[in-house]
Amino acid sequence: MDKHEGRDAGTIRLDDPWYDALAVGWGEGEEPSPPRPAAAGRPAPGASDIYLEVQRSAAFQEVRSRYRRFVVPATAGFFLWYVAYVVAATAAPGLMARPVLGAVNVAMLAGLGQFLSTFLLTWAYARHARLRRDRAALDLRWTVFEQERGQERTRARRAGR
Amino acid sequence: MTTEHQTLALMLFSLFIAVTLGITTWVSRNRHGSAEEFYAGGRLFSPMENGFAIAGDYMSAASFLGISGLIALFGYDGLLYSVGFLVAWLVVLFLVAELVRNCGRFTLADVVAARMSERPVRIAAGISSVVVSVLYLVAQMVGAGSLVGLLLGNSSPVARTLTVIGVGALMVVYVSFGGMRATTWIQIVKAVLLMGGAITLTVLVLLRFHGDFDRLLTTAAERSGYGMEFLSPGLKYGGDWTARFDFMSLGLALVLGTAGLPHILSRFYTVPTARAARRSVVWAIGLIGSFYLMTIVLGFGAAALVGPDEVRASNASGNTAVPLLAAFLGGGAETTGGAVLFAFVAAIAFATILAVVAGITLASSASVAHDLYASLKRRRARQRSEVSVARGAAVGIGAVAIALGLLAQNLNVAFLVGLAFAVAASANLPVLLYSLFWRGFTTRGAVWSVYGGLVPAVLLVLVSPVVSGSPESLFPGADFQFFPLQNPGIVSIPLGFLAGWLGTVTSGEEPDEAKHAETEVRSLTGAGAV
Repeated sequence: MDKHEGRDAGTIRLDDPWYDALAVGWGEGEEPSPPRPAAAGRPAPGASDIYLEVQRSAAFQEVRSRYRRFVVPATAGFFLWYVAYVVAATAAPGLMARPVLGAVNVAMLAGLGQFLSTFLLTWAYARHARLRRDRAALDLRWTVFEQERGQERTRARRAGR
Repeated sequence: MTTEHQTLALMLFSLFIAVTLGITTWVSRNRHGSAEEFYAGGRLFSPMENGFAIAGDYMSAASFLGISGLIALFGYDGLLYSVGFLVAWLVVLFLVAELVRNCGRFTLADVVAARMSERPVRIAAGISSVVVSVLYLVAQMVGAGSLVGLLLGNSSPVARTLTVIGVGALMVVYVSFGGMRATTWIQIVKAVLLMGGAITLTVLVLLRFHGDFDRLLTTAAERSGYGMEFLSPGLKYGGDWTARFDFMSLGLALVLGTAGLPHILSRFYTVPTARAARRSVVWAIGLIGSFYLMTIVLGFGAAALVGPDEVRASNASGNTAVPLLAAFLGGGAETTGGAVLFAFVAAIAFATILAVVAGITLASSASVAHDLYASLKRRRARQRSEVSVARGAAVGIGAVAIALGLLAQNLNVAFLVGLAFAVAASANLPVLLYSLFWRGFTTRGAVWSVYGGLVPAVLLVLVSPVVSGSPESLFPGADFQFFPLQNPGIVSIPLGFLAGWLGTVTSGEEPDEAKHAETEVRSLTGAGAV
């Protein structure tokens, strides 16, 4: 494990596109010198395979569909509710002016209803994410990490040979 | 107002400047000067801290003074604004915050460029981010200038000019020396002050009415002179159908624009994980929501206690409603209590402008250095650290904002904030959502969607009544107006989405399956996040 410690730091950076292209600064990648072993023209072999593999895994699809099953209807819901509110306020002021209780009218209730629905949806989303997604997402994050480490190790071993 | 007021307000404001400068020095005492440190404050803020900072970044003086002023003058129509500003956060929470935290590093362009051919995408996203920031900045600078006139009763052009230059110079100091860490602490201090001020005034208003909201509304309606119409929509945005469509356009821009504001997006990178980003948005929604609920009480309170006539006499667009209300609640303008509260509110308003300006300057300097400079510089140019470019960019943007702020200080620039939101919603949001959620999205689609939202939004404003053709225009003498609405959102936002789709389906480029997989897995799991 320790025998490729130094190389590890370098290679992780190369495999990580966020680091590779940006942290080091533009143009530097053009230098012929980076310590990338002759990868035979194939850029970062493996790293993207891991992501493709994880993307196809049942565990990831479950996380994704849980996320979408909450977010798609919730977004559609609050967006339509907001648009309906704005359209009603501008196009149908008569309806909005209808008194409900004392000085409070439909418009006031709808406005406060927007605040209330925002707070409720925020709470529901945070709870849904915490209970239904966080655990599984963290596990997947570890899976990717372990697989990347595994690849580093094989590659380092091959290079060392 | 009296000189006593002014002295007190100036003292409180100087105290805020002293404290924030102290913070700047304190946090930069052992900075490493790394990009991580400068743009993202080391990514180690807690969700609560970041939540306060987001709220501080978002609640500009326009919300504090503007919305309650609108409510005081036009009743219910002011409330329409605050609903849009708040509901927008659901877009951020559901679709943007966590995913952006997981796949980006510092800017919007990071998220998009990860999947695409980097250079053109980065330039496009960088340009649109800078445009949004500059529009927003100029609005804040002009606001700072007019606030001096309004609050200190001293509207001599020299005082305004000095204020604009002073605000600009201070923000450059904050940003270039303290980076994200100092900016964040300034936002936090400001958010605490703003919430404290709003809570104090709200409690005082409600005490006046013995906690009876119904009586507050009735009194406000009676005093307004409009009767019950004051409590229902239509006084400001009723009118003809142009005005109504204009508001729908603005509403759409408000709700979709927030998720594309560069200074809001950059805040998610200051926390360690996506989970922390989510929790900071939850904090922010709590703070922003309760703040806007309080502005409702303050606005109707100002209408009921001060009266719309006095508010309008002090400032035609109602911006002084809250300070006047504060003076009234303290016991009247001539008493010590009134003077103290007035000065307190005035100082908070200044602090608000300063903090918002610092946040936007930092975000746009990141766009310039991290996106534009990095993509446009010559390959063999002398290597210069990105952070020193960003510091230079902060100075440059500060100078541009000061210059534009001075040029525009006598113009009616109230439309600028709405316009900044419209550009953010038309140019930044489509590209962001497409690259996070659409498998087939390509480089050409990304570039088209940015320019396809940005260019129409800006062009439509140029031919709209805010620039020419009406007495309130920037150039009242000229008339080349043919687009009737003041806010381009209702046209330019769909155009941005359409252009992204069109660019994608017409491009010959195969979408990169592997990179899409990577973005999707990263965005939802946080694998490989920095």
